[in-house]
Amino acid sequence: MKLTVSGNVKEYAGGLTVRKLLELEQVETPEYVTVSVNDEFIPTGDFDTAALSDGDSVEFLYFMGGGR
Amino acid sequence: MAFTNEQLERYSRHIILSEVGVKGQKQLLQSKVLIIGAGGLGAPAALYLAAAGVGTIGIADADSVDLSNLQRQVIHTTPDVGKAKTQSAKETMEAINPDITVNTYHTFVTARNIPELIAGYDFIIDGTDNFPAKFLINDACVLAKKPFSHAGIIRFKGQLLTYAPDKGPCYRCVFKEPPPPEAVPTCRQAGVIGAMGGVIGSLQAMEAIKYIIGKGELLTGYLLTYDALKMEFRKIKLPGNDSCPVCGKNPSILEPFDYEQTACDLKGGH
Repeated sequence: MKLTVSGNVKEYAGGLTVRKLLELEQVETPEYVTVSVNDEFIPTGDFDTAALSDGDSVEFLYFMGGGR
Repeated sequence: MAFTNEQLERYSRHIILSEVGVKGQKQLLQSKVLIIGAGGLGAPAALYLAAAGVGTIGIADADSVDLSNLQRQVIHTTPDVGKAKTQSAKETMEAINPDITVNTYHTFVTARNIPELIAGYDFIIDGTDNFPAKFLINDACVLAKKPFSHAGIIRFKGQLLTYAPDKGPCYRCVFKEPPPPEAVPTCRQAGVIGAMGGVIGSLQAMEAIKYIIGKGELLTGYLLTYDALKMEFRKIKLPGNDSCPVCGKNPSILEPFDYEQTACDLKGGH
């Protein structure tokens, strides 16, 4: 299936959950990453169960604490 | 308010812009912007807002200038090392533009003093370097219905979002609560390329200016991310969040509060 991940269209095997995608994309500290799928936030507690389907658009939003 | 000849010359490149003009320049001169944190983000923001003739600029910071700040905090110079950052920033801003008033707040911003601090300002710029402060500024601004620009920078990356009253989402809609201390790296641990503050802090100043003159589209509803190594800007649409504890339908946060900060956060350099 095709997913748009962080703006890039890529081919993935079917049956992916948000958790699996975080692993495949080697996202650091996934427990502190905000995930949106098709313009909806996915609660952290739902990462294991939230299934992705063909055509979904996924964004990873990261904490960025610096500034001074 | 009539412009002096000197003001007409100083602001001529603004006044010639159809989006600014005499009207917009007057709006800038009559506006008040508060910058919290006179560091990597706050320094360029303060310089551009002072140069632009934002009439009153508040600058809050409890810290003193350290040699390790000078790689990015371009408002301070080598002879300023040891001086309060608020004082050092004020001197530079007034040297650039004697037209403006700079209010200094040499203090930590806390739940106790933030409502009073932001009350007199039209727009707030978050130039802080830690999550407790970023969440505090978000909550206080949402509750007081103040527009603000949030930003973060680390390594070769930066990001920002703008909140305006009733034009969510807010920072807490996206990031529920601060991560535990040490869970995600800070600039001090991970480093930051100096020019990153220039890029992102200048974008924050741009948002403040656009808000004041009422032109263009603010970065509300989006997170703008910048990856310098990939030379990639992305404007990511943010979903709404009705269950946000501060700006959602049934808010549980009704007044600003402080998260505990670890001792090293308070003591450390930035």
